Formats: sequence, C-alpha cells, structure tokens
Amino acid sequence: MAETVTVQRNRSGSSRGGEHRARRGNLRKQIWRCRVLYLMLLPPVIAVFIFHYVPIYGVQIAFRDYRTSKGILGSEWVGLKYFKQFIQYPYFGKIMRNTIRISLYCLVTFPIPILFSIQLDELRSQKFKKVSQMITYAPHFVSTVVVCSMIILFLDSDGLIGRLVGSNLMSKPSWFAPVYAISDLWQGLGWGTIIYLATLAGISMELVEAAEIDGAGRMQIIRYVKLPHLRSTIITLFLLKVGQLISVGFEKTFLLQNSLNMDASSIISTYVYEVGITNHQFSYSAAIGLFNNVINIILVVTANTIAKRFSETSLW
Amino acid sequence: MTNTTKRASVRHRSLGSWTRFDVINTLIVLAVTIVTIYPLYFCVIASFSDPKEVALGHVLLWPVKFSTEAYKYVLKENSLWIGYRNTIIYTLFGTLYNLCLTIPCAYVLTKKYLPFRGALSWYFFITMYFSGGMIPTYLLIKSLGLIDNPLALILGVGVNCYNMIVTRQYFSSSIPQDIYEAAQIDGAGEWTCFTRIALPLAKPIIAVMALYYGVNHWNSYYNALLYIRSDKFYPLQLVLRGILISNELSMAGFENADAETAQYMIHRAEVAQAMKYAIVFIASAPLLVAYPFLQKYFTKGIMIGSVKG
Repeated sequence: MAETVTVQRNRSGSSRGGEHRARRGNLRKQIWRCRVLYLMLLPPVIAVFIFHYVPIYGVQIAFRDYRTSKGILGSEWVGLKYFKQFIQYPYFGKIMRNTIRISLYCLVTFPIPILFSIQLDELRSQKFKKVSQMITYAPHFVSTVVVCSMIILFLDSDGLIGRLVGSNLMSKPSWFAPVYAISDLWQGLGWGTIIYLATLAGISMELVEAAEIDGAGRMQIIRYVKLPHLRSTIITLFLLKVGQLISVGFEKTFLLQNSLNMDASSIISTYVYEVGITNHQFSYSAAIGLFNNVINIILVVTANTIAKRFSETSLW
Repeated sequence: MTNTTKRASVRHRSLGSWTRFDVINTLIVLAVTIVTIYPLYFCVIASFSDPKEVALGHVLLWPVKFSTEAYKYVLKENSLWIGYRNTIIYTLFGTLYNLCLTIPCAYVLTKKYLPFRGALSWYFFITMYFSGGMIPTYLLIKSLGLIDNPLALILGVGVNCYNMIVTRQYFSSSIPQDIYEAAQIDGAGEWTCFTRIALPLAKPIIAVMALYYGVNHWNSYYNALLYIRSDKFYPLQLVLRGILISNELSMAGFENADAETAQYMIHRAEVAQAMKYAIVFIASAPLLVAYPFLQKYFTKGIMIGSVKG
C-alpha cells in the first residue's frame, strides 16, 4: 500500500506548486481516501473518549472541593488539601504497609510458574502433560467471588482446612496476606505457565542436542540452555509485577475482608471505596486514587530503567 | 561426565526409558495437579453428600450418603436464577459491544498508509497506563444517568487495549497484506475489504476475543457492585456474593419444617453449608465444562500476544 502513496505523491509532486503545498494536498487526499477507515475507528474512539478520557479529566476533583451541586468546574480549588489529609490520616502507614505486604507475598510466588513450566516441558508423557495443563488452567476461569467463597468455606473452623489447623485463619490478620498469595497462586499457576511454555517451545532442538553431546545432564540443560532462553520473558513479566506493587486488586481483598482481619486487609483500594462510595467524600477518595496511580507509574518507570541497565529487555 | 555416561544419557532419551529425574518430575507435577483440582472436586462431592456428613468432616474422597437435598433448596433460590439470566444477557450484549469496537479498531490500525496512525494508536495505548480511577468513573456513570441501569454493565470503554493489540497482531501477521491490494484493484472499497476479506479470515481471533471478553463479563462483579442497586438487575456474581459471602440465603421452603428446635437450627445450618457448595458448583460449571473444548483458543490468544511482547 505504501507504493500507492508514493505514486500519488509523485504525481501531484510533478504538478506545479511548492512541494510543501503538494504534500499537504496529498495528505488531505490520503485522509479522504481513508475516510471509511476513519469512520470505522470512530465508535471505539468515542467510547474510549467518554469512558476513559472523561474520567481522566475528572481526576481534577482531587484538587478541588467537589460538590455534586456545583459540578466539577464550579467546585473550588483546594490544591493538595486532600493529599495532605491522606498522608496525615492516622492509618496511612498501616494501609500502605498492608498493600505492600500483600504484593510482596504475591511476588514471592513469582518463580513458581517458571519452575512449573519447565517441569511440564520436561515431562516424558505428552498425554499427561496435556491433562495436567488442562486441570491447572481450570481455576483461572473460576470467578473471584467463587474463589473467595471457597476460601471462606474451607478456612471456616469446620471447613476442610479449618478443621486441619484447628482455627479459622480468616479471623487472623497475620494470615491474610499468605492466604491471599496462596489462593492467587492456586488460581494463576497453570495459566501463568502458558507464556513460558510458548517461549520454551521456541528453543531449537539442535541447541539441546548439542548440549547433550557436550555432556550436559538434564539439570544442566535446564540451567544453561532453558533458563537463559526464558530470561527476557521473565524480566518483562517481573517488571509488570513490580509495577503493580501498590495496586493490589480491590475485588479479592474486598471480598475476603471481615471485621476480624481488618488490621491486615484494609489496603489503598478498599479505603478508596470506603471513602468514596460508602461515605461520598468524592474529592478525598479521588485524591487517594491519584496518589496511588502516580506511585504506580513511578514504579513501572523505575523498574524499567533498572532492567534496561542490566539487560536489553524493557517494556518499551 | 565420562564418555560412557554421555552416550548412555543420549541413548536413554532415544529409548524413552525413565530416569530418576523423570520419576521425581512426574510425581511433583502429579501432586501439583491433584492439589489444584481437589478444591473444586471437593465442592462437587460435598454438594452431593448428606449435609450432616459434610459438617462432620467425613466427606473427603467421594460423596458420603449421596443426597441431592442441597440442590432441592438451591432450585428454589429465585435470586440465583434471576442473576443467572441477567448475567447471560450482560455477557451476550457486552461481548457483542466489545467485539464491534475492538475488531474494526484493531483492523484499521494495521493500515500503514492511514494518516496519523501512530497518534491514533497511542490514543489507545495510553489507556493502559493512565486511568481516572474508581471515583471519577463513578461520577461519570452517575452524570450519564446510568446508576442502577443495566446499560452501565454493557456499555463502557469497550476496547481492552491488550486485546486490541493481540487482534492487531493477528491481522498484520496472519493475513497477507497483498490480498487487500488485489481486492482494491478489483474495485473493492475499504469496507468491502474489511467485511468480505478480513473478517472471514479473522474468525480464529474473533473467537479468542469473544471468549476473553465473555469470560470477563461472566465473572465480573466490580461494576455491578458500584453501579447497580436493585436486586432485579443483579448479575450472577453479585448474587453469589450475597449468598456465599454475606450469608443471604432465603432457604425458601425450609420455614414449613418442624418447630424452632435446636436440632432444626443445626440441620438448617448444615443444609445452608451444603447449598453453598452446590452453588459454587452451579456457578462455575458452565465455564469449567466449556473451557476444555475452547482451551486451544484461549492459549492461542496468549501465544499471539507473546510474539510481540
């Protein structure tokens, strides 16, 4: 298609008039030629504008004293008032710690899908591999509500696990983050292997055979051939994970929260919900959300810069 | 390693005989697989057992004193079936809305000759990094008058940027671009190219996207939690939250039982527990039953996406 453009450009370029003008005329012509494509793009552009960009515009209420009656633009500017209010909130430290603790527990489980994908890859029986993949992918399709219900049912003092440990772990704040991370692992282990398995499938058999002929055992092939091959995938996924350090999912935490584990389960996103949706303090709530978003972006950029320094891999 | 063992290991591989490594590896994978499936399996056997036996902890490997008592009462939980119906409607229309926006969007953004293609792509990419957040979005929905309106669960951004990138990747790598040029020489316009050439060739990716979006709609409760107030509009997941987490079982038909004796109360609690297992099963079954058949499509989506990433 690029040729058509050049052909057209040459044609009008040969006609009289400055080249600049010709190019602009060309651009206009090209836009006109693509009018159907623009029309096709119009609905998604509008939907994204209304449902994504308008809320971004609305973030300014974090710096205003939003009153429903006055609207966004009519509400008074208050600067950083609500950010200060959040930082001075007595439980600010606790909320941040809880958020980061849950993230760190989840980060600890990060290598497990990598190991599991190598194990699946090493399986002799292809049939067993298929069955195992099918079963371990399944929890990915179970909804958050059902997963949380299962956790609550099993951990209940007369549930499957509760009976084993002799008490209800959901009422123990110290167990909140581990339960969160373990259930996340249960749900995401199989699904998390897909991308690694796809990468492992890209290793050339010649490389593996060459290593075998050089006397490498199975473990050595894993260590010196397979893991290095996964390296850039691992780094990319790790970066994405680090970028989410402070954005622990609202859905699951909210569902698992109860009055007894509140000490460990109140995190930034549940506080945003509590303040905004339950108490209708829209500006304060938006400020907390924005604070959270800004830290997220800083984290992703930092993680990416570090990764660039150590390797060729980066998200951009 | 000595020469002999070297040759031995190569021979082992070709003969397909199992080394200690294989045995240990297989056992670990087997253990992980069992641990993964067991919680789901337990819900099924617990729902089909006598509620009393479940409460006593006798149910571990198979149903004990097979019983469908739990299901008898689950069938009478009207809210559950209303939720089911609503979710089917939201999933169908929501997915359709997503597809109608995502597929043309991805297709158009593969056109290299489209002026401002780069800027338009970034218009969508940015949505991955910046968002308004819970409250500004809530206020928008409120000002659009969509609070407590089922449309709030169907309409929306529509284009998930990650899905759009995967689809775009498919359009540009799996369909040769010459085909469009040939069609245009034959007089086909852009719209004809899209509907008559691109769409039929893109069936696999459309299936993948329908599944991704569909599962998302089926499993989501967040939007409904924020925007829906009336029970009659509740999607399944919100009903489930009420029943399973907030203990709002109506247990219709149970009131007629004997007097409020202690025994009655205990039995009622046991049945309620068994009903929860049954509901977990009923709520997850459609996806869990359907997915093994669709598995290849799901994984395909990830594969296409990872080519670029």
